[in-house]
Amino acid sequence: MNSTILLNIFRFVLLVLAQVLIFNTLNFMDFINPMVYVIFFYWYPLKSNRALFMVVSFLLGFIIDVFSDTLALNAIASLTVAYARPVIMRFCFGVNYEFQNFSFKNTTKIQRVTFLALLILIHHLLFFSLEILSIAHFLLILKKVFATGIVTLILCTLFSSLFSPKSE
Amino acid sequence: MQRIINFILRYRNAFLYCFLALISLVMTVRSHSYHQSRFFNSSKWISGSIYASGADVSSYFGLREENRRLVGENEYLRKLLFNLENDSVQPLDSSMVSYEVISAKLIKNSFVSPRNYLTIDKGRNQGVKQDMGVITSQGILGIVENVSNNFSTVQSILNSKSNINAKIKDTNYFGSLIWTSQDYTMAQLIDIPRLVPLVVGDTIVTGGMSSIFPENIPIGTIKKYDLNESKSFYNIDVELFNDMANIKNVYLIENKNRKEIEELEAKTTNE
Repeated sequence: MNSTILLNIFRFVLLVLAQVLIFNTLNFMDFINPMVYVIFFYWYPLKSNRALFMVVSFLLGFIIDVFSDTLALNAIASLTVAYARPVIMRFCFGVNYEFQNFSFKNTTKIQRVTFLALLILIHHLLFFSLEILSIAHFLLILKKVFATGIVTLILCTLFSSLFSPKSE
Repeated sequence: MQRIINFILRYRNAFLYCFLALISLVMTVRSHSYHQSRFFNSSKWISGSIYASGADVSSYFGLREENRRLVGENEYLRKLLFNLENDSVQPLDSSMVSYEVISAKLIKNSFVSPRNYLTIDKGRNQGVKQDMGVITSQGILGIVENVSNNFSTVQSILNSKSNINAKIKDTNYFGSLIWTSQDYTMAQLIDIPRLVPLVVGDTIVTGGMSSIFPENIPIGTIKKYDLNESKSFYNIDVELFNDMANIKNVYLIENKNRKEIEELEAKTTNE
């Protein structure tokens, strides 16, 4: 139990640093800055106190906001992802998710990628619509959501297979 | 009463969500219309030092290019100096000059979001104050927004809240330089009346109307122009001289007379 907490604190700090120092300065194709810290919500223990998870996610987003001067955009997007995670999990993994001994080991690759993609979609949709906050720029929002989302998804999938929590 | 408590306990996650979401929503909406938050911004000690150590590493990659640029600027300044017509001694007494210049290094750049803020490695201890103008050797960059002890944040001209007095070089036609959040190589000049003769390629410089920037700091050149909806003013696309994606060294300009100008203006509007 203790090692899980330590591991998550470690991840938290590392993801903030990676996001702020590396991925926010990528500017791939002049406008794509992938938000890889979304993988935190994928890695966070599945059976956990939901309220604590929400507070931690809010803090994660908020700290990244302070660094990148986008006050509370990342925070609200992360908070919503954390709040919606159980619903998304039920959607992706079906009734299996209800069982006590459920873990990523007994899910298929497709299910996990769908789960990750949905987390990213919700996060980016909220982030960019609030960042631009104008219906007139609807197409710009969609363009940013999909372009950034796809790059984030590719990077997150890579990371999740590189640093899988319990590799056999 | 028991039922109310049970109700709250049952939906405590939803309540927590609403509470935190409300906080962040208020901050988001505020950031769209008001100034940057004074307490939560990247000029603070911890974020500033992390950015500074990151910039320490990455600054080595562009040293050659940066040196070339600085030598080019020195060359230009020397040319100006040698060709000075009257060799009367310029006052070096610091109380006599009206503009003071501080150099700084950019430690965080941003040009992708609609409201871009930059972070620099000089702060209150080095004499940086709010509302100082920030330029590079090529042109205008932004205005200092928040200052901490050793770092400051700069509101870039690539910010939908930015509004800078600008004019067409060698004329007295003034307009406002804004940014419509589309392209980081381009800013927009508005409020130039339609009777002004414009040519693509004309240079745009800062106007003398603001107490932040001195007059005639280069901004960019006219790329294209057309009339706005009311057909009485031009909307001009200005191609910026600065490559906003690649900035290392910046200069901060302090107008010594700014306080006096502001006091005078405040007095005039009060009456």
